[in-house]
Amino acid sequence: MRYLPLTDADRAQMLGAIGVASIDELFADVPESARLTRPLELPDHASEIEVARAIGELARKNLGTTATPSFLGAGAYRHHIPASVDHLIQRGEFLTSYTPYQPEISQGTLQVLFEFQTQVALLTGMEVANASMYDGATACGEAVLMARRVTRRGKAVLSGTLHPHYREVVETLSRFGRTEVESLDPDIRGSEDIAARIDQETACVVLQNPGVFGGLRDLAPIAEACHAAGALLVAVVTEVVSLGALEPPGAMGADIVAGEGQSLGNPMSFGGPTVGLLACRQKHVRQMPGRLCGETVDEEGRRGFVLTLATREQHIRREKATSNICTNSGLCALAFAIHLSLLGEEGLRRLAAHNHAAALELCERLSSLEGVELVNETFFNEFTIRLPGPAAELVERLAGVGILAGVPASRLYPHHPDLAPLLLVAATELTSEAEIEALVEGLAEVLR
Amino acid sequence: MTARAGLEGRSTGNRALMLEEPLIFEQDAPGRSGVDFAPLTLDEDRLGGLARRAPVGLPGLSEPEVVRHFTRLSQKNYGIDSGLFPLGSCTMKHNPRLNEKLARLEGLADLHPLQPASTVQGVLELFDQLSHWLSTLTGMPALALSPGAGAHGELCGMMTIRTALEDRGDARKRVLVPESAHGTNPATAAALGYEVDALPANARGRVDSAELKARLDSDVAALMITNPSTCGLFEDEIIEIAEAVHAVGGYVYLDGANFNALVGRVRPGDLGVDAMHINLHKTFSTPHGGGGPGSGPVALTAELSPFAPFPQLVHDETGFRLVEHGPEAAKSFGRLKGFHGQTGMFIRALAYMLSHGGDGLRQVSEDAVLAANYVLARTKDSLSPAFEGGCMHECLFDDTFLEGTGVTTHDFSKALIDEGYHPMTVYFPLVVHGALLVEPTESESKASLDLFIETLRTLAAKAKAGEEALFHEAPRHAPRRRLNETRAARHPRLRWRANAQAAAAE
Amino acid sequence: MNALKYTKDHEWVRIEGDVATIGISDYAQDQLGDVVHVELPEGGKAVARGDEAAVIESVKAASEIYAPLSGEVIEVNGALADDPSIVNSSPLDEGWFLKLRLSDPGELDGLLDEAAYEDFIAGLE
Repeated sequence: MRYLPLTDADRAQMLGAIGVASIDELFADVPESARLTRPLELPDHASEIEVARAIGELARKNLGTTATPSFLGAGAYRHHIPASVDHLIQRGEFLTSYTPYQPEISQGTLQVLFEFQTQVALLTGMEVANASMYDGATACGEAVLMARRVTRRGKAVLSGTLHPHYREVVETLSRFGRTEVESLDPDIRGSEDIAARIDQETACVVLQNPGVFGGLRDLAPIAEACHAAGALLVAVVTEVVSLGALEPPGAMGADIVAGEGQSLGNPMSFGGPTVGLLACRQKHVRQMPGRLCGETVDEEGRRGFVLTLATREQHIRREKATSNICTNSGLCALAFAIHLSLLGEEGLRRLAAHNHAAALELCERLSSLEGVELVNETFFNEFTIRLPGPAAELVERLAGVGILAGVPASRLYPHHPDLAPLLLVAATELTSEAEIEALVEGLAEVLR
Repeated sequence: MTARAGLEGRSTGNRALMLEEPLIFEQDAPGRSGVDFAPLTLDEDRLGGLARRAPVGLPGLSEPEVVRHFTRLSQKNYGIDSGLFPLGSCTMKHNPRLNEKLARLEGLADLHPLQPASTVQGVLELFDQLSHWLSTLTGMPALALSPGAGAHGELCGMMTIRTALEDRGDARKRVLVPESAHGTNPATAAALGYEVDALPANARGRVDSAELKARLDSDVAALMITNPSTCGLFEDEIIEIAEAVHAVGGYVYLDGANFNALVGRVRPGDLGVDAMHINLHKTFSTPHGGGGPGSGPVALTAELSPFAPFPQLVHDETGFRLVEHGPEAAKSFGRLKGFHGQTGMFIRALAYMLSHGGDGLRQVSEDAVLAANYVLARTKDSLSPAFEGGCMHECLFDDTFLEGTGVTTHDFSKALIDEGYHPMTVYFPLVVHGALLVEPTESESKASLDLFIETLRTLAAKAKAGEEALFHEAPRHAPRRRLNETRAARHPRLRWRANAQAAAAE
Repeated sequence: MNALKYTKDHEWVRIEGDVATIGISDYAQDQLGDVVHVELPEGGKAVARGDEAAVIESVKAASEIYAPLSGEVIEVNGALADDPSIVNSSPLDEGWFLKLRLSDPGELDGLLDEAAYEDFIAGLE
């Protein structure tokens, strides 16, 4: 076994030093009825060649998005990842280190987290951010629980612009966490009157921008309505690249921002692992879940970083912790931080512009097709079209010819037959003219 | 350029390979970027008047500067690749690079989670294979793959249990948790609205089964137990305990953090466990990455499986597909994570399992238990074991051996840093005074273990010989000396600010 | 100044008329180490004896402060928000936590005097 350094001679010597005759004696506390005496029905060990072949075969049974025209979005986006990102995150000192409990030998991870927290705060226009959550949906769920602790109120109002998976995660956490949730109907055009739903029991309003159907909204009036009623505005961002082009939620009055950071530095990887972003106002930081890295000095007065405000967390506060979260998304946060460092101000602004330009081009081409109706007035890199028939069927047919046309709304809203003709399509800096051409031709063909 | 004047007479602060590195924000040259995009001016936009008005405030750097920045930062970190990492309860074992390579394959890394099922049959088959391995190793038939880490798995398992109880109209009020448990256990139970009932340990460091039985009644929803416990001891009365919990209609939840001690030799399903999470980033070696991402699939009994979260994997005549909504899985407690789980970690964990095979995994737990017992046997006259007898995959010491030396557990752990080791887990579990929890894992050679043992013995001897200063001043050779955590907490500075750095240097 | 009374939870109480000033003992601040944060209740809040009235945090621990007596919170020590280290430097004086207007003076009988508290902590060593 290539991963196991002990030899049989070592093992014999070690058993001797311990003073037992066999390894079985070390398992003597296990009740006899639970000791496995026969080998499990699993294959024996395998070489690198064999394992690579087995997993490679599974990979080949999928239609990857790298060489396929792909217009899928709805919370996960195909973006270019600079080569140096993947190189740097595989440095063993990053890849194989633990949560930085020993700061003197973890300054690498800690400084990265400090930089990541700063980047997230800057992008979202907020004062502070934590060291990451599992993903955007769980960040959103935690944001709602956090709003409940801050306001000491028990109700959350979820906009119909919120990704239904995010809504479902909030509903799950809230149901067990004794928070009442009012979820509004799918809001295709961003026209719902959410301010009217706020009352004295409302802890927060949760609104996604760009919305799940792609539309954009000015959060400022909603933030005002929330604050007038003593509630918080939780803004959700599932496409973080949009913040290179759009007013950040913080500038529009959001109190907490929950986001998905996959678009920067992280492959889609069938939905995980990715990196949840959580940012808030400084005054609410003690109600924030998750790890926080802070600046301090060492005994010689040199700047250094430590995990701080740990008394909010489960390993100290146990049943009174703000959350049970322990491990977060450290390495994905690192990939995010490296990618954003490479981009810088200008790179991010240009990346966002290219995304919007690609979506404008896609929109123009699709709108020109007979039977295709654009739903959105506004969008960033993703929008919704209405087709003459069920979108899922068209998507399936196009997949058969190697085109991933988008996300049919029925995949997200199976209980809303009225949404079945809707298709969500996204374009990014990777969307080429040829891909758009392929989709337009393919769609024209199946609509004929 | 005025920079030259500012640099006159300045020392770098570097010490050979230990290189000081400013924040990325302190290396800004506006207009520079490490990614090339053509400038683009759009004649019109569809941003509805919401275009960003102010700059983000990000620094501009070229690629070589970014690569150097993060390379230098990485060199301030200790990883498993650097050396022995005996962090108890964390299972810091070797992370094979084959697994990294396979997780990055086209056809896996580039899959979108909402592709039509017909285009992702391979990855769904991978889910199925992973579930089969985990099911075989745990002796539990059903798997919920979506939890993002161990604590998320706990939420998943306990939500499943609560939903099953609610289904029979009996949500119950209390969850029993041993005092030695990870903090996530009581935090999880509390998040579900349960009252936490802390169970004391007996003199042998095990759950006091008599006390447990005395606390059992029809209000108890579950027992959350860790086995082996965080004391590194096998709960030898587990079967009897599980039977007692079941007898009052409660469930047994196993915190699977220490599964590395059992894999291939003991199936938790045979111990009476109803639900358990498996930390793929511990037992199955997906990298810890400086704090994640983890992955915490939950194994369930057939009885609990209908209540598992979405998505649920189904294999029928059309192939594999994911059930993401009712009514097909009407009893599911709902969704726990944005998409289907940590697929990238599933690939790595499956590659790890295929590489080891059933035979190799059994060898893993044997070597892990052997290594911990070897460390214990060879240091027990020098350090002070917390309990008599052997241990499982980790060995626990208290600070009796430091009594009267003026050296604390904290000091001792910092001295290990100067010797080139990552310290063991300290001050956990809470049930032992000044705890030192050592988990060497199966990844260490005997030579490596011998050197570590010698280091522990030498340090213990130095502490007893009155070389107090060596410990109090440690670490002296790390990139930083001890850091002022009080200052960090009293005046939290959680981000860089353009105009605040001068004040920070006061 | 009136003599301090103590509880076995390491709180001190100073009675002036029907108002009790409450803080933590020197022993408690020493055990906690550097205090980094104190969470105080809102003025006007009614607390019963044994209720959680405040939380005190050091770097690695958080402890609940339980109301030693029942009453209404009439004042909290705002200075602790800016400088929690006062709890370490002046636990019995400037580092006070809150003032209660007592609702049940009979509860005073349950408190320890200084000598009894000294004996109590001597027994903990």
